Amino acid sequence: MLHRLVDLITSLKLTIICLAAAMALIFAGTLAQVHLGIHEAQQRYFQSMFVWWPPEGRGFKIPIFPGGHLIGAVLLINLIAAHIKRFRWTWRKLGIHLTHAGLIIMLAGGLFTDLFAVESHMRLSNGDTKNYSEDMRDTELAVIDTSGDDLDQVTAIPESVLRHNRVIDHWSLPFRIVVRNFYQNSRLKMLSQAGESARPIANQGPGAMIAVDPAPPATAADERDVPSAAIEILRKNGGSLGTWLVSDGLGAPQTFDCGGRTWMITLRPARYYKPYSVTLQKFTHEKYAGTEIPKNFSSKVTLIDPERSVDRDVLIYMNHPLRYRGETFYQAGFQPDDSATILQDVRNPSFIAPYVACVIVAAGLLVQFGFHLVGFSRQRRKALA
Amino acid sequence: MKRFLPWIILAVAAASIAANWLPSKTAGGDFDFGSFGKIPVLVGGRVKPLDTVARNSLLIIHGKEELRLEDGRRMSAMQWLTDVLFNAPVADQYPVFVVQNADVLGLFGWQQTDRKYFSFADFAPFLKQIDEQGAQSDKLEAVQRSAYQSAILNLRNGLSLYQRLKNSIQPEGADNFSAELQGFESSVPGAAKAARERAMGDNFDKSKLDDVAHMIERYERLSEMAYLLAVPPLEPNGEWHSVGDTLLRSVGTGEIHPIVAEYAIIADAYRANGSSLFNQHVQLMGDWFAKEQPNATNRASFECLFNWFQPFSQSMTLYVLAFLLACASWLGWSAPLRRSAFYLLLLALAIHTFGLVSRMYLQERPPVTNLYSSAIFIGWGAVIVALILERIFKDGIGAACAGAIGFVTLIIAHHLAGSGDTLEMLQAVLDTNIWLATHVVAITTGYSAMFLAGMLAIIYVVRGVFTTSLKKQTADSLARMAYGVVCFATLFSFVGTVLGGIWADQSWGRFWGWDPKENGAVLIVLWCAIILHARWGGFIRQRGLMIMALFGNIVTSFSWFGVNMLGVGLHSYGFMQKAFPWLVGFMISQLALMAIASMPLEKWRSFQTGRAPSRGGQPQISPAPSAG
Repeated sequence: MLHRLVDLITSLKLTIICLAAAMALIFAGTLAQVHLGIHEAQQRYFQSMFVWWPPEGRGFKIPIFPGGHLIGAVLLINLIAAHIKRFRWTWRKLGIHLTHAGLIIMLAGGLFTDLFAVESHMRLSNGDTKNYSEDMRDTELAVIDTSGDDLDQVTAIPESVLRHNRVIDHWSLPFRIVVRNFYQNSRLKMLSQAGESARPIANQGPGAMIAVDPAPPATAADERDVPSAAIEILRKNGGSLGTWLVSDGLGAPQTFDCGGRTWMITLRPARYYKPYSVTLQKFTHEKYAGTEIPKNFSSKVTLIDPERSVDRDVLIYMNHPLRYRGETFYQAGFQPDDSATILQDVRNPSFIAPYVACVIVAAGLLVQFGFHLVGFSRQRRKALA
Repeated sequence: MKRFLPWIILAVAAASIAANWLPSKTAGGDFDFGSFGKIPVLVGGRVKPLDTVARNSLLIIHGKEELRLEDGRRMSAMQWLTDVLFNAPVADQYPVFVVQNADVLGLFGWQQTDRKYFSFADFAPFLKQIDEQGAQSDKLEAVQRSAYQSAILNLRNGLSLYQRLKNSIQPEGADNFSAELQGFESSVPGAAKAARERAMGDNFDKSKLDDVAHMIERYERLSEMAYLLAVPPLEPNGEWHSVGDTLLRSVGTGEIHPIVAEYAIIADAYRANGSSLFNQHVQLMGDWFAKEQPNATNRASFECLFNWFQPFSQSMTLYVLAFLLACASWLGWSAPLRRSAFYLLLLALAIHTFGLVSRMYLQERPPVTNLYSSAIFIGWGAVIVALILERIFKDGIGAACAGAIGFVTLIIAHHLAGSGDTLEMLQAVLDTNIWLATHVVAITTGYSAMFLAGMLAIIYVVRGVFTTSLKKQTADSLARMAYGVVCFATLFSFVGTVLGGIWADQSWGRFWGWDPKENGAVLIVLWCAIILHARWGGFIRQRGLMIMALFGNIVTSFSWFGVNMLGVGLHSYGFMQKAFPWLVGFMISQLALMAIASMPLEKWRSFQTGRAPSRGGQPQISPAPSAG
């Protein structure tokens, strides 16, 4: 029994089946991107154990195809197991061993990246200084205690908590937060323009004059969801302060008083704070003469890190990111009127894996096919002689 | 005779190409359009000769690089452009605009007939309507547009380009531009004086101010419309400007730029049909450019030579001939025909290489920068590998593959060129020669090898099933070639894909983003891996390898073209509605060949008469030296 299992997981057939399944999955996932958008298709097809049907919540769902993580994991196990079982050192096999060792590094690195890499954005107008970047998808409900003299005390509640918890009770807050409605994506309209039947979902602040329509999740690459929620603030000893509309689509934070202190609440992109700050000196957008074709984008920034006594100017431009303290800042975009730059901030602890893997695999393939070529020409010479 | 045949064929081919170099009589009378075409201008961010502007504009508007008038006369692109620039009322009558869509014709109350070319004058009453309709469909993504919407938008863009061209050198309809400029030049100081007097509160001559104000308004319009930036800077590292812009700048200095003055004389001479004056001043202007802008001038005249020589269509013809000769060599008289094909291919490759290198020189870039150049490069790479195979195996197979792939890729390139300048400037993120030279070249070399392997499989199946010419030795050679080429493809596709990932990591921070083009590339790598493992594991032999190589054609064409048609992701440069049926047709043809190849071997004509490499089973080949 064990024998047969070992045979199965080390078999070349399994390798081929996995590779073929990967092809089918990638093909289907690529076509699905047309309707789902790259991010959603990636989640469903590539970053999952199974592809499910039907995709929308219909009460039931069945797995119809292995997902990217499952295929990758089986392939990785198959590869490692086959090598452990059959490993025999000969020069002849050097190429094969190198190739496969490189592939193991690449697959493992890919898995690691999937699990641990964090991508976020930093949007800076000329002269802006920021010591945080913002998540491209997730939001957080920030509850800010503004009563401190120098510092604000911020309690950030992640979107996932808002989505699943009805009542949020946190030790740092003298009140409870009840989530009345939560919309993953929404459109906000002034009540006066929304028609007769529209009703506000909040009774405090600007939310009392705004209608919220649920919207399907955004699929285009340059669109993001506008999550909204109605939250009610309850004193810990009972009694409601009212219901507020919080939304990524609303601008400034809203304020209320509770427990003798003034609080601000806002639903904003989730933030990642850093021990250093970045100031935009100047964003430049060059075009080719007489055209609208962009020639170069660049952001001149000042990097200040008191901990490491760093204070220097950096030019970030196409294909030349800034790498600092394990994070990398890329020139990713800009405001249409060139008034602000958007830097993409990536923390990827395994970014080096593909570089190493590429060199090893390429060397392995060269050695392997080199052997073929030498063997072939030797045969041929013999045949001609 | 047999010994000399290859040399005779080569000599005839070379002579027919050389015959192109003989001077031919220009159709436009005595005007020297050839020299005029070499004058450099700046369009689309690149300094290029007027000849290129003429050809590309005519290609966009008319769909061809040459114009045929209603009376059957041919007109070169350069002659057409000269009319558009200097003699708009005449150019307005030429039937250049292509409209075939019945709904667009219906918009003007016209019924669809055989006529598909229309002049600007035909559309003149409907310009506002066309602009509105076109603006509506411009709001849509290319994928969402209906046939009518695409057609009306094309027409609108063509008309807009045409109108901008007309107002590039002189205001449309100017009769005597030189005199106008002289008047402008002489009235500027007076107007400046009047303006100063007005500013001081003194009495001033209002009419002098008004004259110049009127001209300034006229040149502001000209500057807004201009398509060509025709006036080079006088100081080093300065910028090119349009004629209108330059005239506005000369209000300050009071001096007309020498090139503007020359253009005015040339324009007036052309309208007055004074060919000797025209030629004389074209010559003067050429000399001025050679002295002041030597680099731009050299490049522009080289580009004219390139335009005029058309290296890719020359080599396209040779590839077809070579393919036919190679196929004929399998039927009989093999050695001389095969050698003829080989020599023709060397000539074709030399011309193909000249074209490729010329483009690199003109663009100062590695060979592949857009879809058009990828087609050129894929053909080039595949031809070289196929010729190496031919040199080793000497059986006409490599030659046939080289001819077929060279021809088909150049045809594809030809059809991709319809959108104008194929030497366009690169978007900022692509502006890196290191990655263009490594990632893009490796990926496209991988495509070349995949198509070559597929072509070898096509030859195997067609010769095996439909003819009796597939002997055991030939079958074995084909299998060995296909296997070697797949190995080559694996190496390049893998390295190219990973280099792409590394580029992505360098420029936007993620090694892998599941972008459609990335997925396409990895599909090729996976398919190569499957082929190699299936063969090493003994799951497939000769015929299996061939069937899988045929499927490789499908995977590669999806990766090259198919993913671009999805219209998502960072690599989707241009949606190609027109290519879609061709792509589907190609894929179906490959599936059909795979089905034919899967028929029992008894049905293969080559294997029926006991000549099979091994009866009753799949043909055997010796396993590779290090099969694992």
